[in-house]
Amino acid sequence: MVNPIPAAQVSSVKDIAQVEVKPEVKVEIQNLSFFYGRNQVLRNVSLDVPAYQVTAMIGPSGCGKTTLLRCLNRMHDLYPGNRYEGSVRLYPGGTDILGPGMDPIRVRMRFGMVFQKPNPFPKSIYENVAYGLRLQGMNKRRDLDERVEKALRESALWDEVKSRLHQLAHNLSGGQQQRLCIARAIATDPDVVLFDEPTSALDPIATSKIEELIVEMKKRVTVIIVTHNLQQAGRISDRTAFMYLGELIEFGETNRLFTNPAKPQTEDYISGRFG
Amino acid sequence: MPASQNLRKQEARASRRRSIDRWFGRIGFLVTLGTLGVLAILLLNLAASGLTRIDWQFLLSFPSRRPAEAGILSAWVGTILLMMVTASVAVPLGVAAGIYLEEYAPKNKWTDFVEINISNLAGVPSILYGLMALGLFVYQFRFGQSILAGGLALACLVLPIVIVATREALRTIPASIREAAFALGATRWQAVWHHLLPYSTGGIATGVILAMSRAIGESAPLITIGALTFIAFLPPAPILAHAPFISFDWLFSPFTALPIQMFNWVSRPGEEFQSNAAAAGLFLMLITLSMNGAAILLRRHAQRNIKW
Repeated sequence: MVNPIPAAQVSSVKDIAQVEVKPEVKVEIQNLSFFYGRNQVLRNVSLDVPAYQVTAMIGPSGCGKTTLLRCLNRMHDLYPGNRYEGSVRLYPGGTDILGPGMDPIRVRMRFGMVFQKPNPFPKSIYENVAYGLRLQGMNKRRDLDERVEKALRESALWDEVKSRLHQLAHNLSGGQQQRLCIARAIATDPDVVLFDEPTSALDPIATSKIEELIVEMKKRVTVIIVTHNLQQAGRISDRTAFMYLGELIEFGETNRLFTNPAKPQTEDYISGRFG
Repeated sequence: MPASQNLRKQEARASRRRSIDRWFGRIGFLVTLGTLGVLAILLLNLAASGLTRIDWQFLLSFPSRRPAEAGILSAWVGTILLMMVTASVAVPLGVAAGIYLEEYAPKNKWTDFVEINISNLAGVPSILYGLMALGLFVYQFRFGQSILAGGLALACLVLPIVIVATREALRTIPASIREAAFALGATRWQAVWHHLLPYSTGGIATGVILAMSRAIGESAPLITIGALTFIAFLPPAPILAHAPFISFDWLFSPFTALPIQMFNWVSRPGEEFQSNAAAAGLFLMLITLSMNGAAILLRRHAQRNIKW
């Protein structure tokens, strides 16, 4: 005789099957507003960035997507007259990186950043990658060598530069320089890597290399990328946030957002009616 | 008006515009040539009357009542010691102030005020620095009419030049380089020390050399504080043969300097003293020109490895 399965158990299994599997949250942005002087640039943005995925931020120029990105590593603290409201929690741990007493320098050591234009230091390839590690106090040659090689391999640059690690970074091509900047950003094993339109200064071939790299990278790290290129967001991101006039209009799975947007503004933007 | 006539008028006007253009080019060329000519005549004139006087005897002799035996030993030694004091005060203070103003200071009315007044300081007549040094360093601090007082007076004079040169050198570094360092967790001090200073050394050093070549030719502030015009001894040596091997007694020694020596000779009657003055002037000019040349070379060299 077979024991009947208790009814309660059956229903709970069913529930789990129906509920969308919620990914682990890495960065939880809650009611984030940002002011540049008296000018409010972000309005009450709330957004859960999932761990080990690529989250894209899209929207027309001036919508606040780069401003939002730069809130996450407290870059705005470098300039006077800026003010944050709300909270940004980094998991695991859930510390509020905007909270009082939080040192922006500690925040920046957990977030890597790659900028719009490749901006390597006018130093050697090796020293560029090693700089973040040196800041964190690593100074043994053997440790540095190992981590620099690892970062360069992970940014698909090792084979191209292994014979000239001590030459100036500026002798590299634009695409190589940008991959070097990625290596520099990931060398310290940050929790999250922020990309601010990383391919806008690159040709299509260099762009596709960077895109491959970003997709590959999400196995190890959480990625947030600001892009003005909708196709790019579609190609590489798992989730997309659409922003407009400082507000988050819509946030969801990239496929769903592009094929079946919930909000009329999102549909207008992705169908090219404005932007 | 028929179209063809209009066209002819336009052509006439265009040829007149072209000729104004051409003439400005010609006049500009002549003016430039004239300016360079004045410099060349000055140098040739100095060389004509002074070149034959420059020899080892001239460089290694003290001033004398007999013009043929007189030399500039105490003058160029005094000038070098003055420059050591000036550089070791003006460079650290000027570079630090430049870094503070460019990288640390908030942008508000107070810093705007400071900035404007640093530019104003660069325009203050040098004799006023002499008066200030006389009151402050000579009498108040009791440094006497010494190398220290003179060097400090010149340091005040060139401080604004060093500050402005430092700020300009820092400003050529793009913001993206600073942000790259900050994004990796650098403090402002680390960004300055690891990146901004190394990348702007060429520009700063160029500014420092130009500041020194300005200071080296100054006579008014030194005369104001009472530098002597006739010195037949050298200041105590800075390096000793016995412990503690270094002495700073020279700082409090009376001194003379090249421009003052020149001034002394020019004001004397007699053809031969005039040619001594010309020779000292030529020597000073050579130092200044070679310092400027060094500044240009340094700038080229420093920028070779740095592209943005």
